[in-house]
Amino acid sequence: MKLAVLGAGAVGRSVAELAADYGHTVTALADSSSAVVDADGIDVADALATKDEEGTVGTDAPQAALDADYDALVEATPTTLGDAQPGFGHVEAALERDRHVVLANKGPVAERYADVRALERESASEVLFEATVGGAMPVLSTIADFDPEHITAARGVLNGTANFILSRMAAEGLGYEHVLAEAQDLGVAEADPTFDVEGTDAALKCVIVANVLAQGDREYTLDDAEVEGISSIPGSALELAQEDGHTVRLIGEVADGDVRVGPRLVPENAALSVSGTRNIVQLETEHAGRLNISGRGAGGPETASAVLADVGRLPER
Amino acid sequence: MSDSQDEVRAYTVRLELVDEPGELLRALHPIADNGGNLLSIFHERGNITPRGHIPVEVDLEATPERFDGIVEALRDADFNIIQAGAERYGEALTIVLSGHLVNTDLSHTLSHIQEATEATVTDLALSAPEGTEDVSSARLRLATEEGKADDALAAVREVATEKDLTVVEPLTAGGDA
Repeated sequence: MKLAVLGAGAVGRSVAELAADYGHTVTALADSSSAVVDADGIDVADALATKDEEGTVGTDAPQAALDADYDALVEATPTTLGDAQPGFGHVEAALERDRHVVLANKGPVAERYADVRALERESASEVLFEATVGGAMPVLSTIADFDPEHITAARGVLNGTANFILSRMAAEGLGYEHVLAEAQDLGVAEADPTFDVEGTDAALKCVIVANVLAQGDREYTLDDAEVEGISSIPGSALELAQEDGHTVRLIGEVADGDVRVGPRLVPENAALSVSGTRNIVQLETEHAGRLNISGRGAGGPETASAVLADVGRLPER
Repeated sequence: MSDSQDEVRAYTVRLELVDEPGELLRALHPIADNGGNLLSIFHERGNITPRGHIPVEVDLEATPERFDGIVEALRDADFNIIQAGAERYGEALTIVLSGHLVNTDLSHTLSHIQEATEATVTDLALSAPEGTEDVSSARLRLATEEGKADDALAAVREVATEKDLTVVEPLTAGGDA
């Protein structure tokens, strides 16, 4: 398939780099201020080298990537809240041209799920968004395979940064601020970690899962989620949990129509108490008990592999 | 993928039996039939609960999944389960509170939780490594009547909001692993 990749951050770059490995051709690549377009396939290595040297992928305007010749648009620009722009507009533009859309950007399906689905119905094309929940882990495709009808609840650890901080605090008996600084040095936490440690990122993923499980009966947005973060958890809380054979994890839950994210006590040896940046999702199935999916929930190549798996699921246009 | 669902663990189940012949045997069937391995049975024949029932404590081994089946089967057979090993079969729950616990009157916090929900604080552990003037944490074990765990949690959240405390809740029902 011919792919237009919007966004040249960690995920967009990896998609462009790995596309050939999956048998696809990148015909356009754009960052926020420029684009490079070639109907026969762009030189990905050259575009990324230009990006590193000059800060832009090419000399065309970003809009040129949207207008390019492609079968599927990969939307990997940063997640935005509220109206989810400009990501939502990119989805709209592709669907109006009857081009498929694969999202890595959580905004459109977390904040405007019904709008995205309505546009998809009007289009001859499809929207897939496996990469928006749990990086490399096949969460949404597993839900689709089981049929949302037969999944009664989902819960899990969906933010590697928060999980890294909690695991380090418990293992080393260190305070939150200390471990956060360490995580920032390691590149596990961003300079502004708010999105991760206050639970917003995990909540967006849960909202997306809630939308998929609701099958259109109800639309969820971030406002419907009850969210608490981990920044006010002192080391003494982890210590008390440990004395009782437990640990604390930032758990996101979708059950009985509610979306909740917050610190929870989890038995130390339970499947949910993954350590480090690892993520896990548990699905409660109607006929098959509990299903655990665990793996890397973030990272360029990891998330790109989920994007490219979605591209592989798309029907030929 | 994790295999911890297949690990056999030890559980304790406390039941209240009606004082009638054959009740104990009837209570053991759902355990054996659902793959539980009985370890010990403590039958307090002389000890009657306020409701006139006889408390029985059963230790058993099972995988978490089979244990869920055992609890369900006991409920289906109309046994009153006072406490089951894992966190929240409605009747006992553990939470951790953090914040300025001592400055905000910990004993008031505890009595508020008990009064609002008729829950009983059965265990309390306090950790204040920075001294009681600073942020500290408390682990509380609450015993509630069957089906009242959510009310107890709501009361905990309410008093926590009022006093600007952080609550670490147990996983909700079914989320024991």
